[in-house]
Amino acid sequence: MRNLRRRHFIKFGSASLIASASAISMPTIVLGAVRKVVVIGGGAGGTIAAKYLKKSDPLIEVTLIESNKTYNTCFMSNEVIGGGRKIESLNHGYDGLKNRGVNVVHDTASAIDIDRNTVLTTSGDRFEYDRLIVSPGISFKMDDIDGYDSVAAEVMPHAWKAGAQTSLLRKQLLAMDDGGLVILAPPANPFRCPPGPYERVCQIAHYLKRYKPRSKILVIDSNDKFSKQALFMQGWEARYKGMIDWIPGTETGGGVTSVDSAKMVVSTDFDDFNPDVANIIPPQQAGDIALLSGLSDSSGWCPVHLGTFESKIHKGIHIIGDASMANGMPKSAYAANSQAKVCAAAVLASLNETEMPEPSYVNTCYSLVAPDYGISIAAVYRLSEDQSEIKSMSGGLTAIDASADTLQREVQYAYSWYDNIVADMFT
Amino acid sequence: MRLLVHLILFSSLSFALFTLNASSQSEMLTDTCVTCHGENGNSLGPAIPNLGGMTRNYLLGAMLAFKYGENVQLNAAIESDQDLEDVEAFARNSTIMARIAKGYSDDEIKIIADHFSEQELFVSQQEVNLIKAKSGEKLHEKYCANCHEDRGTSSEGDTGVLAGQWRPYFLWTMADYLDGSREMPKKMKIKLKKMVKVSGIESLDLLANYYASVRP
Repeated sequence: MRNLRRRHFIKFGSASLIASASAISMPTIVLGAVRKVVVIGGGAGGTIAAKYLKKSDPLIEVTLIESNKTYNTCFMSNEVIGGGRKIESLNHGYDGLKNRGVNVVHDTASAIDIDRNTVLTTSGDRFEYDRLIVSPGISFKMDDIDGYDSVAAEVMPHAWKAGAQTSLLRKQLLAMDDGGLVILAPPANPFRCPPGPYERVCQIAHYLKRYKPRSKILVIDSNDKFSKQALFMQGWEARYKGMIDWIPGTETGGGVTSVDSAKMVVSTDFDDFNPDVANIIPPQQAGDIALLSGLSDSSGWCPVHLGTFESKIHKGIHIIGDASMANGMPKSAYAANSQAKVCAAAVLASLNETEMPEPSYVNTCYSLVAPDYGISIAAVYRLSEDQSEIKSMSGGLTAIDASADTLQREVQYAYSWYDNIVADMFT
Repeated sequence: MRLLVHLILFSSLSFALFTLNASSQSEMLTDTCVTCHGENGNSLGPAIPNLGGMTRNYLLGAMLAFKYGENVQLNAAIESDQDLEDVEAFARNSTIMARIAKGYSDDEIKIIADHFSEQELFVSQQEVNLIKAKSGEKLHEKYCANCHEDRGTSSEGDTGVLAGQWRPYFLWTMADYLDGSREMPKKMKIKLKKMVKVSGIESLDLLANYYASVRP
């Protein structure tokens, strides 16, 4: 705080101070023009960035560009696959954001004209911006698994974007005979929702245990370890003993290398398998618009300044959520939510020429092992001194010796978490 | 003359900027809470408590208890800080809050407590059994009303606000008090044990329905 005041003092006397300070009360009059922010992507990050910017300064014109009229949350979608939830319960609309004064445009951002500070859409509209926030989520590296393309995905669903793919995987499980083999193939790191594949294993096992108890799940992993691993393995042992076989990356030669969706064959470097249901989750990278606009590096993800989420490649453009390289934070909905709030504060400060407060970040993520068995991970973060890392200050996992009562409560907390994070996004 | 104008201008501006910054620091911290606890601390999920209507001291006590875990450390932290001299706190169990609270400095916890103590009491929308609520009201008058004044809407004496609170959250909290996983003030311990002895464990459900039915 002392530091900030000194900086204001240095600015004193210059036009910029007077402009910025007056901006507190009447920014449009003083600055002479409406300030425009465009947000691409109406998911866990984009909704929050748009809402919190509008909330902090109603005079900023905020446009949210999102292809879909309604949004299916990926979080809790594993419960649809397990049968505990209807897909409709994941579906949310944008009226709440419209009511807050956000200009919601249902269109697809097809290009960013960086020199003209303009976003172009597939239907030919153009949206100028002073600042752009890109929250595009993920796209799949379809070439990494031989034979896995958009056609194969209709036979071997990834179900890693919630919606039709989620329902398809659920339908396949319902149609499978007792005694069948389900293959689940988690992708190489990093990917959206690190505990997601393993929660899905639980949810599928939960369904099979009840309705098709002779069936087996084979997890062909690309990695050697995974999020909440000890807790998940404890849960598998406690609830689904003998049903789940997990093969780490080193034993599979790095996971699934090819599929033949016509013959229902899934192959690694060492073996071929004939599953009844195959849930192939391909490796991932930033969403299309980020790749097309040159916001990503050779890794496929977008390098950003961690205190503001401004692109390290293009000034004036911020990338949040799964697509960003938020070194230290996982690719989760809560992380995207938290990053969006930090980013909104940074954008606000830059438009109003004020100092931004010290960023504070949080992640909280629940996984449902069974209807009465939840586990969680949480962390509170700060920007490291050299700004190279979003550093965890505290946090951790559900205790490995947690009581049955605690595990049961975590399920209820997960549901309440969902109610509140969804309200944060859409109301 | 010009200097004087500048000085006056500067002092008012720097005050304005300082206020803006303090409030944006508060928003930065508390915006991370609302993802789980709801806008203004008004939770829409039955397991997660509403924060509005509580006093600063109550909220400080809760967060510090989560942060410090054991009574010895908790009391040491409270005693070492004049700002906290009116805070009375006991160790609290939690599933996740202890993991989160440790990430904040005591000063940040003060900012967070300030913010939520300024929010109004929120009545959660939930089903209430009015017959149970009626019986609960009698129990409230007999055992609780001395400290939890005005039908449990009051936070006088830094007590927890009970009115409008989610029933599942309330019932878990009471279960924790009874099995000793959460400590309570002596007076409350006597009253609560007596109520359960006289009216049975189901009296908690009656109380939960009563508090859920109260409108401020």
